[in-house]
Amino acid sequence: MFKESRLRTPLILGNKTYHDITHDICSPIEGPAPRPWKIATAIAAVIALYGIACIMYLVSTGTGVWGLNKTVGWAWDITNFVWWVGIGHAGTLISAVLLLFRQRWRMAINRSAEAMTIFAVMMAAVFPVFHMGRVWNGYWTLPLPNTLGTLWPNFNSALMWDVFAISTYFSVSLVFWYLGLIPDFATIRDRMVKKGWKRFYSILSFGWSGRAKNWTRFEEVSLVLAGIATPLVFSVHSIVSMDFATSVIPGWHTTIFPPYFVSGAIFSGFAMVLTLLLIMRKTMRLEAYIHVKHVEYMNIVIIVTGSIVGVAYLTELFISWYSGVEYESYAFINRFSGPLSWSYWAMMTCNVISPQLFWFKKLRTNLAFTFVMSIIVNIGMWFERFVIIVTSIHRDYVPSSWGEFYPSSIDIGMFIGTIGIFFTLFLLFARYFPVLALNELKTILKVSGEAQKNEASH
Amino acid sequence: MANKVFHAMYDDDQKLLDAARAVTGSGLSVKEVFSPFPVHGLDPIIGVTRTRLAIASFMYATTGTLLSIFGTWYFMIHDWQMNIGGKPSDTWVENFPAFVPVMFEFSVLCGAHGMALTYLIRNKTLPGMPASNPDPRTTDDKFVMEITLEDNPGSSAAEIESKLRATDLYELSIKEY
Repeated sequence: MFKESRLRTPLILGNKTYHDITHDICSPIEGPAPRPWKIATAIAAVIALYGIACIMYLVSTGTGVWGLNKTVGWAWDITNFVWWVGIGHAGTLISAVLLLFRQRWRMAINRSAEAMTIFAVMMAAVFPVFHMGRVWNGYWTLPLPNTLGTLWPNFNSALMWDVFAISTYFSVSLVFWYLGLIPDFATIRDRMVKKGWKRFYSILSFGWSGRAKNWTRFEEVSLVLAGIATPLVFSVHSIVSMDFATSVIPGWHTTIFPPYFVSGAIFSGFAMVLTLLLIMRKTMRLEAYIHVKHVEYMNIVIIVTGSIVGVAYLTELFISWYSGVEYESYAFINRFSGPLSWSYWAMMTCNVISPQLFWFKKLRTNLAFTFVMSIIVNIGMWFERFVIIVTSIHRDYVPSSWGEFYPSSIDIGMFIGTIGIFFTLFLLFARYFPVLALNELKTILKVSGEAQKNEASH
Repeated sequence: MANKVFHAMYDDDQKLLDAARAVTGSGLSVKEVFSPFPVHGLDPIIGVTRTRLAIASFMYATTGTLLSIFGTWYFMIHDWQMNIGGKPSDTWVENFPAFVPVMFEFSVLCGAHGMALTYLIRNKTLPGMPASNPDPRTTDDKFVMEITLEDNPGSSAAEIESKLRATDLYELSIKEY
């Protein structure tokens, strides 16, 4: 069996057995819903309903209800889209990339991070889909034989690449997540006493029986999916960045966009995972499985990706001056000193300066500080997209067409609404699904369990 | 002769591995092992061969690549040539760089979904399928090794039982069919 150094902090604290892991993760599902969960879900559902009402108003009236104008044709919609897609990057990164690197600490966080990914990508899709206006014609983005003449989507377009990238990412992440859930659903099925619920989990578990060959295939599928999902994670946000980078707008036409966007996505995704997990570990009593070491590892990823993002900001600023292109220079001067400079400085403070505080071990192992930081990072990352999108286009080549952008109540309502829908889905997941990959956790118990490690060293 | 099924239950993966090694070493053939998580090192002992799902995935992904090459050629070059800025797209090769993202995504899409479907079908795990683990505890913390009399024509039921009892058992159940 694989032995782990004593110096390494155990990943599962306390004297846990296989049965304890099952019990700790399944019992919140089996018991009645706690009151705080009901209150939180009710609040999230009300916000979600408001968002849905805004969407219905938009569909029935037209995209004119957004604050967009002739000059600023993309604003909150695409900002929100990129923000949500970015958040949706942590899940598959944790499950795929960290699996390939054999990072065992991922096992405590991958399930909820993947759930978060799926819900975030769903929220991201809301914005481009409803931006189409006639949303019922959304299938026109697919190359389907049609009666409109020889009409095919343009495969040279970055927007078309996005359709393929986002839908592939969403469906592959969903499959990856669900295949991992099947054995855990089987565990719940075999424990459940209530008849109706037993039937429910029986359907979800697809008749999983845990045969030796099934487990061999399970491990192979996880590994291969991780192998092909890894380039997928990187490709998706690269392609999202190409929505901007392949255009000729100063401030967008930048070759560093793909790596810059990918690190930004991982940065914000990890921040969102931390926001959710820090609440979940406390309310669901998962402190033995998600503890300070896990948080510290995630904070280290935040320092790395935050620093890459910081370098990218400074690089594009330098290059805009060094290029000698007047329009390019102006785009950046306008960013930090124009009418929207407050958003630029908010972005710089939240994304570049604040994550550097994690260099201090005391701060990166402080859970309350981490929680506040995770929210600051996500605010900063929202501003990053706002800065890139709105400040690059609100003052274009002809000063007479310069404009401003003010979000309408529908812009704000839809954005807040997606946060409501996201939290409703996540709360439902936390209540009815196993929030930790319990069968995967059992595989590391002997290697990384606190009691087991101590026993082995004596 | 009536078939007998022996379900030897263990409460630890190491005990299961030791038992499987001892039992197969004594000439018995293990029909199946049910466990709550993958037990590494078990497959060669009980004779489980390596899965070919990775090869299947590669073939699905290659099919995706070929389909996307055909699709981009058909839509963009053959059926309706686009003329952007007076530069018509005459050949697929010249336009190829712009098609790489879609080719890549479609290959991943086919590789991942094809493999996932094959996995579910080969495992016989599909919506509505009944579970077949002999004991509900095998999805929690117990490990069950299944040995049948039918698979071991050279041994008697008493012999199999005594060999199983010699291992570090948690429970043994014997059923007759």
